[in-house]
Amino acid sequence: MAHGSVSTNATGIAAQRTETASSPPPSASSGPVAWARTNLFSTPTNAAVTVLLLAILAYILPPTLNWLLFDAVWGHKPVAACDAVRGKGACWSVVWEKFRFMMFGVYPFDQQWRGGLVIAILCALLVVSALKVFWRPSLAAIWIAGIVATFWLMGGGFGLQPVRTEQWGGLPVTLILAIFGIGFAFPLGVILALGRRSSLPIVRSAAVVYIEVVRGVPLITVLFMASVMFALLLPEGMRIDQLLRAQVAIILFVAAYLAEAVRGGLQAVPKGQYEAAEALGLPYWKMMTFVILPQALKISIPPIVNSFISLFKDTSLVVIIAIYDFAYAVKKSVETDISWKKYFIEAFLFSIVIYWIFCYAMSKYSQWLEKDLARGHQR
Amino acid sequence: MSAAPHSAASAASSAAAGQPAIDIRGLNKWYGEFHVLKNIDLTVARGEKIVVCGPSGSGKSTLIRCINRLEQHQKGDIVVNGIALTDDLKNIDTVRSNVGMVFQHFNLFPHLTVLENCTLAPIWVKKQSKAQAEATAMKYLERVRILEQAPKYPGQLSGGQQQRVAIARALCMNPSIMLFDEPTSALDPEMVKEVLDTMIDLAREGMTMVCVTHEMGFARAVADRVIFMDRGEIVEQNAPEAFFSNPQNERSKQFLSQILDR
Repeated sequence: MAHGSVSTNATGIAAQRTETASSPPPSASSGPVAWARTNLFSTPTNAAVTVLLLAILAYILPPTLNWLLFDAVWGHKPVAACDAVRGKGACWSVVWEKFRFMMFGVYPFDQQWRGGLVIAILCALLVVSALKVFWRPSLAAIWIAGIVATFWLMGGGFGLQPVRTEQWGGLPVTLILAIFGIGFAFPLGVILALGRRSSLPIVRSAAVVYIEVVRGVPLITVLFMASVMFALLLPEGMRIDQLLRAQVAIILFVAAYLAEAVRGGLQAVPKGQYEAAEALGLPYWKMMTFVILPQALKISIPPIVNSFISLFKDTSLVVIIAIYDFAYAVKKSVETDISWKKYFIEAFLFSIVIYWIFCYAMSKYSQWLEKDLARGHQR
Repeated sequence: MSAAPHSAASAASSAAAGQPAIDIRGLNKWYGEFHVLKNIDLTVARGEKIVVCGPSGSGKSTLIRCINRLEQHQKGDIVVNGIALTDDLKNIDTVRSNVGMVFQHFNLFPHLTVLENCTLAPIWVKKQSKAQAEATAMKYLERVRILEQAPKYPGQLSGGQQQRVAIARALCMNPSIMLFDEPTSALDPEMVKEVLDTMIDLAREGMTMVCVTHEMGFARAVADRVIFMDRGEIVEQNAPEAFFSNPQNERSKQFLSQILDR
């Protein structure tokens, strides 16, 4: 670093200092043997624990892998093929056999390509929203296009065969609830967090009451309220779609949690940042948009993504108000077929893998995003 | 470096030339029960440079933070460039866009580059085009001798460099008044000079300045008046030479003996 205006009169002192030759750091032993010695066998206790755990693994792993992979039945085979290895190998054929029902539930069979397209659109929406180059006002337009396309494809009309929401099911329903849930709950949560820290007493009290009430009740009761109570409150003859009510219930529920996550970030932004923005004459919303929220949201990434992951999995609760999401479609697909029913474990494992892929992707993305956003500031 | 733009800007943004830049009358402020500012009267003429000093907790920071309403006062009047500071948000925003402030801890925006720090307010408050705001920013970054750091983030800069960016950021709004709240207190000793040099340049160009600092060299070099505060009151004010060589009040004497002994 060059500081032109600072005069250096310390050169004389520096010259007297004897130069110490820089030396390499003490040699660290490397290689798998050295690693094992330091990490697995450093003390007698450690060595004993290591040996014990290796023995347990040796006992458990081979039969597990045999069941999962080597002795399992793969591909679209008749149920007799599975029955032949029952107990020794998994029957993955159930996934091939029931794939369409697991994915799309009771959606009309010849129209299920529409559901497939919706899955692709929603995944694309998720990816686009995750990329920083799309973080601009036009992202809202992309979302509106995605929502319109989704509901047109799923619901029909305008040249497509109409399908009532009662017949929607499977992965498209789960993704609709989860991704639109995230897309709407996030801005609402930010607004609630700002409201909770507002200097206007009415705004602040409203936000506090909302957040505390919603956080204090289980999601299931919120869904029941949306399904049953809400219908009673509406005037005679007026009906709002069941799926839409569940969607709104999820958004309102998750927004309360997100608000608290964002509030944590807002509180972590130093007071000096607010003061500097105010001193420059930035009005409230511009200060929040350009100075405070970018910093607060960055701090809040871990709890925000935590809420997103919870939301994704909690969508499976909508089954209690008769919406047939992916988890329920998987369950039904085997339950209703007497010959495949016994292979429900494989079917559930398949649904677990699908949920895990989405949740793990979100988790990985959040880690990457944290690192990426931290790179510039180095603070 | 030209000396003109500040005075031109201030003439455009305020009324009659004879009007004081800052006029404070009967200012009182309390934090709860604690009476932090007591009956402050202070008039700052256009182009005048004021240094405010005093022991910690004397209310000097609070005083200058009242001038751009970072702190609210409960009694008395503060008029800046002819605009009274009341609860009227519009007045507050007008005053703030006309009064630059430099903080002890710089308070640069860490998620924005140096250049973006400087253009944010001109673009969103003064509605300048991006190109125009960037041209202005480059001009002031050059003036504080830090142009080459424009694309970097504040975290990559030394304290002295950050504080000079903070000065440039404030200047980009073309303020007619600059407030400095202990601008060198958080700096390593070898970086104090580069910041003070920048402030001295600014003073020579005719900026109206109110500066809370204990840098007596700076006060001697540029201040028209030194104001000594203690326990929320202005105890003494005088020209720097007279104040330092011959303080009148017992408390000023004691304070000066303490800081000069260091």
